[in-house]
Amino acid sequence: MIKKRYFARFLLTLLAAAFALLFLMPTVLTITNSFMTQSEISANYGQIFTNVTGGEGKAYISETVNLKFIPDKVTFSQYINTLIRSPDYLLKFWNSVILVVPIVLLQLAVASITAYGFTRWRGKVRAFLFFFYVILMLMPVQVTLVPNFLVSQWLGLINTRWSIIFPGMFAPFSVFLLTKSMRRIPGSLIEAAKLDGSSEWQIFKDICLPQCRSALYSIAILVFIDYWNMVEQPVVLLSDASKQPLSVYLSTINTSEVGLAFAIATIYMVPCILLFLHGEDYLVEGIAHQGSVKG
Amino acid sequence: MSMKIAEAKTKLKKEPKPKKTKQPKPKLTKAEAWERANMKVKDVLSSLCFSGPSFLGVSVFFILPFLVVVYYSVIRAPSNPEFVGLDNFIAVLQNSSFQTAAKNTAMFSLISVPLAVVLSLGLALILECRIPCKSLFRTFFLSPMMVPVASVVLIWQVIFHYRGTLNVFLAHFGVDPVDWLNSPYCLWVIVVLFLWKNLGYFMILFMAALNNIPKELLEVADVEGASAAHKFFNIKLRYLSPTVLFVAILAIINSFKVFREIYLLVGAYPYIGLYMMQHFMNNTFANFDYQKMSTAAVLMALVLVVLIALLFKIEDVFGKDVEG
Repeated sequence: MIKKRYFARFLLTLLAAAFALLFLMPTVLTITNSFMTQSEISANYGQIFTNVTGGEGKAYISETVNLKFIPDKVTFSQYINTLIRSPDYLLKFWNSVILVVPIVLLQLAVASITAYGFTRWRGKVRAFLFFFYVILMLMPVQVTLVPNFLVSQWLGLINTRWSIIFPGMFAPFSVFLLTKSMRRIPGSLIEAAKLDGSSEWQIFKDICLPQCRSALYSIAILVFIDYWNMVEQPVVLLSDASKQPLSVYLSTINTSEVGLAFAIATIYMVPCILLFLHGEDYLVEGIAHQGSVKG
Repeated sequence: MSMKIAEAKTKLKKEPKPKKTKQPKPKLTKAEAWERANMKVKDVLSSLCFSGPSFLGVSVFFILPFLVVVYYSVIRAPSNPEFVGLDNFIAVLQNSSFQTAAKNTAMFSLISVPLAVVLSLGLALILECRIPCKSLFRTFFLSPMMVPVASVVLIWQVIFHYRGTLNVFLAHFGVDPVDWLNSPYCLWVIVVLFLWKNLGYFMILFMAALNNIPKELLEVADVEGASAAHKFFNIKLRYLSPTVLFVAILAIINSFKVFREIYLLVGAYPYIGLYMMQHFMNNTFANFDYQKMSTAAVLMALVLVVLIALLFKIEDVFGKDVEG
């Protein structure tokens, strides 16, 4: 009986390991391939990426594709090329940063005071409003983009970063999550502060915000990934290619620069991976607390 | 006689009324009433101080323009505001590219949402079984969520290309090469990408929910010799039903976001099987076709509201006896 149970657990571990391999593979491959030389990349993947331009076939090109975990020769030349010789990509990276960082900061600022409002004062009207936020949160981009597009047009914001930052600032997603976590703060804490004569602002600043620190962190990570990854909004709202973030620009990369592309792709995921490694526990806790849409 | 009865009836009817109105309003002095009203105004004002900016922003950027969107969907054109009823809706529904987009998007959601729910629950159950390196596995499963789509798109292209890795691999087993991205298989490729990205997130939700199941209940079931399947279907699944609902809703919303993967993988003009709602919308944006875009947005919003309401209803019926 015990043997059987150990065997079952062994099988499950194997299954989990197989899944883990599948989950990790694309990320790891992208990173290791970024250390390949240009000639190795065109030898391995030439079939795929030269198709479009009708490859000139200078170097040896393998008949089929070779997906390699470990490069033959490790080199940093792709990184050096990206960082020094093609400032274009750095510029796009910077575009991503100045789009996403303001959105994350502003959205959290707006959401935290709003969530405090929803936590401290309840009533039928506010319950309805909160429900409304939930519905809005559940709407896909395809629906919300149309109103955003119209407003941006009226305000003359089309083709400027503000057309993405403003709607991002007021996105209801973090209001919902923060309200949920603020409602878990024991009411006695707030009552005690009130008896001591703290103003609402002080209660918010000195009690609610510190209590929600881990929630704020996890929401910041979630919002960051979401916007770091955005494609729909810039494609519709930013027609000017020079303002596009790297997420969109990477797909239009020139086929002759595939070697660079791996390096850029890796650079692009570095902020996300660092955030993830640093904040994984908060993130997991934050996701776990989402629980359900109700309540 | 009849007068008396009528009188008695009116008395009976009248009598309970004053009692009801009296009870909630104990006599207030003017000062008290004033104070109470004052408190109420103060409450509203202070809650407005905190939530007001957000109400304003949401109204300006989402609600008011959405009302205009609804208005646009029932008039002939912004320059010619003549009420046309459902004409726009009929036109959009008969539009062949809208039909393709709606069909593909619906197909994709129908395939990927149930798969996402089942597989992520499976992963959570595997990790529940006290296997070694649990937290490491959790990290691995969650990691795709953090990786930007744009970064791994190159690898996906290498794998799913006609001369790509997958075909090379399958050739060992004598399978003829398939052009994954330009054939009816393409939807499945995107399903794989979707699952890859989302399973970890949903798994965390299920793990948290599994943790919240009262342990005593499972212990009692153990003592009484219940089978693992019985425990799963009769206890765990009952408690998980709110999470199943939540994951299903999230999966539906995220399934509308696969446009990202498709756009980055195959561009703005993909194989017809990958023509999604967002492709249709992008065309309307590019042409400033206000009627089409508004009508499509209203249609989608309606479908989503109905869908979510339906899911809530199902969950209500299914998980009624466990929610306290």
